[in-house]
Amino acid sequence: MKQFIGFLKKEFLHIFRDPRTMMIIFLLPIVQLLLFGKVINTDIQNSRIAILDQSHDNTTREITSKLVSSGYFVLGDELMPGDDVEDVFRKGKVKMVVTFGPEFEKSLERDGKADVQLLADASDPNTARILTNYASGIINDYVKKEKLQNLQLPNQINTEVRMLYNEGLKSVYMFVPGIMAMILMLISAMMTSISISKEKELGTMEVLLASPLKPIQIVLGKVTPYLLLSFINALTIILIGVFIFGVPIKGSFVFLMAESFLFIMMALSLGILISTVAPNQMVAMFISVLALMLPTILLSGFMFPIENMPLPLRILSHAMPPRWFIVIIKNIMLKGTGILFVWKETLILMFMTFVFIALSIKNFKIRLE
Amino acid sequence: MEKVIEVRNLVKKFGSFVANDHLNFDVYQGEIFGFLGANGAGKTTAMKILCGLSSPTSGEAKVASFDIYKETEKVKRNIGYMSQKFSLYEDLTVAENIRFFSGVYGISPADRKEKQDKLLKDLGLESARDSLIGSLPLGWKQKLAFSVAIFHDPKIVFLDEPTGGVDPITRRKFWDLIYEASDRGITVFVTTHYMDEAEYCNRVSIMNAGRIEALDTPENLKKQYSAKNMDEVFLKIARNVD
Repeated sequence: MKQFIGFLKKEFLHIFRDPRTMMIIFLLPIVQLLLFGKVINTDIQNSRIAILDQSHDNTTREITSKLVSSGYFVLGDELMPGDDVEDVFRKGKVKMVVTFGPEFEKSLERDGKADVQLLADASDPNTARILTNYASGIINDYVKKEKLQNLQLPNQINTEVRMLYNEGLKSVYMFVPGIMAMILMLISAMMTSISISKEKELGTMEVLLASPLKPIQIVLGKVTPYLLLSFINALTIILIGVFIFGVPIKGSFVFLMAESFLFIMMALSLGILISTVAPNQMVAMFISVLALMLPTILLSGFMFPIENMPLPLRILSHAMPPRWFIVIIKNIMLKGTGILFVWKETLILMFMTFVFIALSIKNFKIRLE
Repeated sequence: MEKVIEVRNLVKKFGSFVANDHLNFDVYQGEIFGFLGANGAGKTTAMKILCGLSSPTSGEAKVASFDIYKETEKVKRNIGYMSQKFSLYEDLTVAENIRFFSGVYGISPADRKEKQDKLLKDLGLESARDSLIGSLPLGWKQKLAFSVAIFHDPKIVFLDEPTGGVDPITRRKFWDLIYEASDRGITVFVTTHYMDEAEYCNRVSIMNAGRIEALDTPENLKKQYSAKNMDEVFLKIARNVD
């Protein structure tokens, strides 16, 4: 036990002495989270729109004020018929032009339909799609509630859309679980694989193996500090998510931390596996980035929806541990579900951990022979 | 004299490649035993087996009178090992390195402090106590690595090409340390491919293609092969075999 504590002290000295390691462990999670949550925000707020109102009646004026008071839009120019719409877009400030056809109110009351045109700047397709969706939502809502009721038109079918678990469609709800998966992968898997292969590269691993320390003690000694630090990181990310971005934790906090612990164990065993294959730090880093970071970002459903991927990638995504972890975290935090609903994902993570450990032991033995 | 290493019919195969072909030799307590051979002759493989870093395919070996198969743990307690790469932690200070390795070998803090003070005084490195290893010159690192390898007073210390990449003067000084250790009764098992170093050993074995071709004192070997120096001995052996 004394031996082991001595080993841990040494490991922490390695970590605290290396500014790059310190930055990755303590600064990176916070910077990433703030960056994704605040800067790279795909939510729409205060987008500038222009109105071309050809009828100037009560209805069009009310719709305009509804749009502006929604918080998504601010009113830029009021256009006149004959103004060059493209010119408005070219100046770059206006993201969408709303055009009301002539005699809007009258035709709505007479025929139950009226023309409104939404022209969006689709040089940024995502924003354009979101803007038009929001705007048509607001307009339809207004027309149904305020107008059509008075008209007593028969058999109106109301489709009401509610976005469950994330009513505001806040993207930060998606980023917090995603970043947690990414950071834990980075610190647990990459940092351990680098720190173990560093000992190999410098020749100190041979000295350790020739000493009375058992291989299992060496591996545990290398891994334990990162287990601790990863756990602190998971906690930090959740706290920032909750207190700065207002992401809820509807489920059990203890269960959430237990699942995070499982994911960390999985990542650590993956890190050990990488270190049994990589002869030096460079290779360990390369494998980690290529085999861990990119798939975590691209294939786990964190950035791009898995449903939209071509079949081969969709199949591949099943092998990505973060994919399952993100599902678990989202379930616990946003839906408040317990183990009953995520037992499958939990078992998959356990199975992966087991496979990585088994492979590491096998590789380690081959290397010793 | 007491035998500290006994090797009988030791064989190590990697697939169909035979790295060690029926090795037989003894090493006696306190001697400096040179393990010579060209690169790839199998000397590092044999050394790794004796240190418990690798297991043999067949044969028997005892190190510090413990069986390398069954008593690996005890073998490891009684040996020191220094690899080609100096094997100290560059980002730790001299004192931290000593503290770590003392901990690994179970040396008590009081003993450690006393030995550390004496060690640094003997090496003239008292001022470097709290310097990072990475900031020290190569010759100092090497001396320290050796001193740390024998800090727990092992019966045998294994040195794997300890003087690679070091100039002749530093090498000579390093050998002074080896003699001191040998005077204290520590057996030194050293691999090298520098033939001038072979002259410093009490006995040398010369390996070629996995086999030990010759084993004797440098004097006897020179007589036997009627050679001026170990370099010639080595070349003659290599030629005979080919």
